[in-house]
Amino acid sequence: MKYIDEFRDGKLARQLTAKIAAATSPGRAYAFMEFCGGHTHAIARYGLASLLPANLRLVHGPGCPVCVLPIGRVDMAIELVLDRNVTLCTYGDTLRIPASHGSSLLKAKARGGDVRMVYAVSDALAIARAAPEREVVFFAIGFETTTPPTAVAIVQAAREGLRNFSVLCCHVLTPPAIAAILDAPAAPLDGFIGPAHVSTVIGSAAYDLYAARYRKPVVIAGFEPLDILQAILMLVEQVNDGRAEIENEYTRAVTPGGNRKAQALVAEVFELRERFEWRGLGSIPASAVQIRAEYAAFDAERRFDLAYQAVADHKACECGDILRGVKRPQDCRIFATVCTPEHPIGACMVSAEGACAAHYAYGRILENTQ
Amino acid sequence: MTAKAHYVRPLDLKQGRVDMSHGAGGRAMQQLIGELFVRHLGNEALAQGNDGAVLTGLTIGRDEVAVPSAARDAAQRHPFGERLVMATDSHVVSPLFFPGGDIGALAVHGTVNDVAMMGARPLSLSAAFIIEEGFPLADLERIVLSMARAAQEAGVAIVTGDTKVVERGKGDGVFITTTGIGLLPVGRDVGGARARPGDVILLSGSIGDHGMAIMSARAHLAFDAPIVSDTAPLSGLTEALFASGGEIHVLRDPTRGGLAATLNEIAAQSGVGLLLDEQAIPVKPEVAAACELLGLEPLHVANEGKLVCICAAPDANRLLAAMQAHPLGREAARIGEVIADEHRFVQMQTAFGGRRIVDWLAGDQLPRIC
Repeated sequence: MKYIDEFRDGKLARQLTAKIAAATSPGRAYAFMEFCGGHTHAIARYGLASLLPANLRLVHGPGCPVCVLPIGRVDMAIELVLDRNVTLCTYGDTLRIPASHGSSLLKAKARGGDVRMVYAVSDALAIARAAPEREVVFFAIGFETTTPPTAVAIVQAAREGLRNFSVLCCHVLTPPAIAAILDAPAAPLDGFIGPAHVSTVIGSAAYDLYAARYRKPVVIAGFEPLDILQAILMLVEQVNDGRAEIENEYTRAVTPGGNRKAQALVAEVFELRERFEWRGLGSIPASAVQIRAEYAAFDAERRFDLAYQAVADHKACECGDILRGVKRPQDCRIFATVCTPEHPIGACMVSAEGACAAHYAYGRILENTQ
Repeated sequence: MTAKAHYVRPLDLKQGRVDMSHGAGGRAMQQLIGELFVRHLGNEALAQGNDGAVLTGLTIGRDEVAVPSAARDAAQRHPFGERLVMATDSHVVSPLFFPGGDIGALAVHGTVNDVAMMGARPLSLSAAFIIEEGFPLADLERIVLSMARAAQEAGVAIVTGDTKVVERGKGDGVFITTTGIGLLPVGRDVGGARARPGDVILLSGSIGDHGMAIMSARAHLAFDAPIVSDTAPLSGLTEALFASGGEIHVLRDPTRGGLAATLNEIAAQSGVGLLLDEQAIPVKPEVAAACELLGLEPLHVANEGKLVCICAAPDANRLLAAMQAHPLGREAARIGEVIADEHRFVQMQTAFGGRRIVDWLAGDQLPRIC
């Protein structure tokens, strides 16, 4: 594939891994967090961890929208489907998120709920237009990358005067989550691989604060495996030099200011939420958005008078520590025994981008061969 | 460190409901089969755990079994002591007509291939139709004509059938179930439990063609090079393999769940590990591009005209040559080897240079693919 294979070249990978090995000082350990689930998935899929020196560890962060969605939010979606008889449209992975009482949207669907898997929010709009007698709700999840399309859909629905379309908004923000990880005690991190697609929207300048306040280097990287190796090399060099800068490896897509048009759209429709609960990380202030009062008619929470009920995670689940890098997936007692991709107990096992699911699907070989 | 014992939560037979994952070809379906079907219906033939069953105790050529005349003719052509093989397959594909095939051809190929993967020569099929009220007769004729062509090409006769009609809205067009019988010649012994460390894994051609053809037809994706389903009868290819005289241990067609699911099944049944070489696995550029676009992994995408052959290493070249000499195996490749591994992992050396596990896909990637 043109413009893709160039970033997956095995020969270049060997040169880069040799450079990384030469750059790391044998006397010290390096721990870098890739925040984004897209990076976690690529690291697992290309077997990158097996190419890195033993004293360099990649910590899989919370940047998987499916994983960080708390149980209570999925419960709200299930309530809409089963008790309020709405047509709920959502992205595929969301169907499997475990909710209260062993339920999930997939199971709600099996009980007769009208749950539709869509590829884009525009599909949900089309469903609403085609069935004016049905209440159609889009269950909106994701980081800054998926927020602009949801904003477009709401503006579009307002323009068309669609009366049966609304959004259960669970959009969250990347920078406050990084801050929450760094604020927690015992985060053994030397730096971050910064998000790819999120950064195209918010721009590289959005991370300046973290380099300044927390003295941690951030290298924004694309999702291809060579991007990630290059970013790791840049992080190792920053650590060795004692620098804590925001560097941009993904210059082919990310600018310092980001996508102003998308930012303006988001600002028109959404405003900061006071606080939002993240599965595994707890309640984080100003870490998510909600629909502005001007668009209240399209806010499913207001329209159906839904109240959020926090639900505690399973006691044995160590997702919180895993997401902060304090523990590894294989350190969790229930990893790969009770908690598996078919029966996820914790957030990190839900989607292929989650730390535990990625390790389960691709990484176990390392712990078993070492 | 050793892998933790896999705890599998039993099926909830009191409160549980069937959900889409139970039909997706992954672990959830395996569990349903094991804990419900095999548990209650268990017998020696079912316990073989393959896509078809060798009817133990029934031997053609003696008076104790009545066999169709076609079978008797075949029995006379071959030495005394052939055994009967039986397989069945339901087809619910949507859309009914897709690039490269339709539900009729698929229904014939599916069962012919299941019989062929047992090492047997397919003889006769039955076909049962569940048709929705209002279904156009012109479409039904198109489907039946396609079945007739497919049966002729595969050298089988459709000798009996059944027709049921359900009210509008209670079915989706037409569902077809075919059942086939075949003759297993003396001396052939293939099955999912027969892979041994040191064996070689051959694949008859490119992966993911069928699944991506369906997917692109459904998503109305138009590519410069349209993706065409690979649906085809594999009995000619398997006969060519047996004629080469090579020692074949396992034959499987990687349908739902793709190559990844098939290889994991074999690893589990045989109690071995498999090691693949990603670069050796053929994937058509248009299929790779479509997978990339939709975020799918070709290893998880369905095929309907490909087979995996696991064979004794000294015979690998001979069998590969026999495959490549057949029109359905021109792109055949040696993709890996069987290794001793108590964890029964399917591993892959990535083209990028790393090593990772190839797991089953959790959940349903694509319902109603066949």
